[in-house]
Amino acid sequence: MASSPLVDPHATQAHHRALAHQFDSLDQQKESSTLGMWLFLVTEIMFFGGLFTAYVIYRTLYPQAFALASHTLNVPLGGANTAILIGSSLTMVLAIWAAQVNWRKGIALFLLATIALGATFLGIKSVEYREKFETHHVPGPSFHFVPESEHVKVTDPQLERHASIFFSLYFIMTGLHALHMIIGIGILAVLTVLAWKGKYDSEYHNPLEMTGLYWHFVDIVWIFLFPLLYLLGAHAR
Amino acid sequence: MNTTAAAPPVTTTAETAFRRPNYLNAAYGVRSWLLTRDHKRIAILYLISVTTFFAIGSLFALLIRLELLTPEGDLFQPDTYNRLFTMHGVVMVFFFLIPAIPAVLGNFLVPLMIGAKDLAFPKLNLASWYVYNLGGIFTLWAIIHGGVDTGWTFYTPFSTHYSNTYVIATALGIFINGFSTIFTGLNFIVTIHRMRAPGLTWFRLPLFIWATYATSVIIVLGTPVIAITLLLVAVEKTFHLGIFDPALGGDPVLFQHMFWFYSHPAVYIMILPAMGVESELIAAFARKRIVGYKVVAFASIAIAVLGFLVWGHHMFVAGESIYAATIFSVLSMLVAIPSAVKVFNWTATLYQGSISFQTPMLYALGFIGLFTLGGLTGVMVATLGFDVHVHDTYFVVAHFHYIMVGGTIMGYLGGLHYWWPKISGKLYPAFLSKLAALLVFVGFNLTFFPQFILGYLGMPRRYWSYPPEFQVLNVLSTAGASILGVGYLLPLCYFIWSMRYGKDSGDNPWGAVGLEWDTTSPPPTENFYTTPVVTHGPYEYNREEVHNRMSQEVTLG
Ligand SMILES: [Cu+2]
Repeated sequence: MASSPLVDPHATQAHHRALAHQFDSLDQQKESSTLGMWLFLVTEIMFFGGLFTAYVIYRTLYPQAFALASHTLNVPLGGANTAILIGSSLTMVLAIWAAQVNWRKGIALFLLATIALGATFLGIKSVEYREKFETHHVPGPSFHFVPESEHVKVTDPQLERHASIFFSLYFIMTGLHALHMIIGIGILAVLTVLAWKGKYDSEYHNPLEMTGLYWHFVDIVWIFLFPLLYLLGAHAR
Repeated sequence: MNTTAAAPPVTTTAETAFRRPNYLNAAYGVRSWLLTRDHKRIAILYLISVTTFFAIGSLFALLIRLELLTPEGDLFQPDTYNRLFTMHGVVMVFFFLIPAIPAVLGNFLVPLMIGAKDLAFPKLNLASWYVYNLGGIFTLWAIIHGGVDTGWTFYTPFSTHYSNTYVIATALGIFINGFSTIFTGLNFIVTIHRMRAPGLTWFRLPLFIWATYATSVIIVLGTPVIAITLLLVAVEKTFHLGIFDPALGGDPVLFQHMFWFYSHPAVYIMILPAMGVESELIAAFARKRIVGYKVVAFASIAIAVLGFLVWGHHMFVAGESIYAATIFSVLSMLVAIPSAVKVFNWTATLYQGSISFQTPMLYALGFIGLFTLGGLTGVMVATLGFDVHVHDTYFVVAHFHYIMVGGTIMGYLGGLHYWWPKISGKLYPAFLSKLAALLVFVGFNLTFFPQFILGYLGMPRRYWSYPPEFQVLNVLSTAGASILGVGYLLPLCYFIWSMRYGKDSGDNPWGAVGLEWDTTSPPPTENFYTTPVVTHGPYEYNREEVHNRMSQEVTLG
């Protein structure tokens, strides 16, 4: 053990108010939280991956029931929601851009826009859910499914059971996605308040970027859900 | 390890040891513990929680072994017995074996071993402990209200449609607990990537860090899958859906695929950290570098990767296609290669080492023997034809206990004994601890070796009674379990005793190398007095070699 004076290569930046004690520099802190966020998104991919696997397997096992059941979904509403979510990702990016150019009120405004678009998505989703309740397409005791197809018109108990698996997966997948949206909106609300107070600027806006990654991920999940649930086999309608 | 960390005088006497500021005397009171963000204190919190759950799980094991003392089911109703082995499995797997080494030793050591002040996300680390306990409370609630009887595997449709026990509460407990594991694994990966001390390159990392890294990768990739699987079970049971119920068109084997996609790699979440501990112990008590360091490091990664490709070996008799089963069988056998590489490298390290039989070393040597037996029987059960014969018998039970108890718990206890002076600054009684290590080894073998024979002879697992001809071996097993129990109680007693009455250990009682031994024991809150600078690899016990290499580097530079 030689005791020589130490120069820590990481400790070159001046101490920033947002720098946590375990880090040597804001750069290291930012790299760490970015890596952490990506790892979290990996866990999310595996989480939804399990559901997508189940969906693909049952879709392959029961192609007819799944196609017929998916025809009852409201494509225009689902399509509108897709556009709304992509728009919300744009406003999220604009909020980060506003931080980069030091337009502090702009951050809060774009975050508010993101929240509004997210809430609109949830509103439309709840309209779709209500439709499912009214048509008895919610799995459970009162579940009832008569396909609106030219080929099959009578109630077929086996087809009905398989369709019920489709709707089970539909509600679980879109429900978990909506839950992620709700959590995201909660985080965005906190960020909006903090942004309004001027906590973020071009030097420090890491929380915005991390939340942005999360928000885009939730967006991408929907971009997979929409064609899988609504559009597959739509030409056979 | 040769670092330039300038520490206060390293000589320690009884009086000075605890006057020095350290993480234990940095603050007092319950609040300072419950709100701490210090990874070392969180490790202690985890130690307490994990020990509690180990005690609960052991209690179930004790009751199981008592019932199996006689062929007749005379102590419990069959229903009760089903709940006992289920709760034993659930508590031990999810609340002890998986978190034990990562959350206790990993939490304590990862920042110390890489020269960091803390983990990358200290608040997340504390949150993980709270989440772990929240999951534990759900599970305890289920236990108190009567438990679960599905087996720790929750096979559908029994778990979702027929079992009238507390499946949902237990599944939610495990679901919640999964988040705590994910928080820990994510924290480790980021910390190992971004917080290493200057000069600490990947191939200068201790093998415990490599093993922890590989474990964390499995945790991050696997745990979300068990989370969604158990969530589906809970949802199916609550709303009477048919995702896994064949009567409603669902596929119960899909559940098994999803369950084992996580639960096979989970075995490596348990054993890889123990292998990491093993490497540290062997190097320290043979006073040698681990032979083939890089190979051992990559073997951890290889096990993590292969571990995700073998889950189908749990469904050889569940209607899996013969082609899939053959591939899964071959892939399962491949796992033996990196595992054997490790065992060979440890034994090669022992060769011509200056071995000292300190207590941690006894556990390390025990680990090699027990893990080898567990691993070899693993190749046996991976063999398609043999597995059909011993499937769902005590042979399988013995096999996985040799890995989980003989491997993981030996590694965990060995590691606790090795780093206890680092954690507490105290020494435990040498003779008593060696006796305990011996009791654990003997008790373990007496408990589980007879189960290999029982299983081979055809005794099925999960029954509360058995034909009388199996009694002798079962009595041996129960006798062994009592010895094992004493072996586990002793460390608990003398560790607690040592905190108050133990002799001060000094900073480095083993004369071991490694960044964690370069700071004081117990370490200060920020671990090091100045950020260490690392100039060479781990386990440089051969000083001359260190010198040669350093002068070589100078000449090359
Ligand atoms: Cu397995």
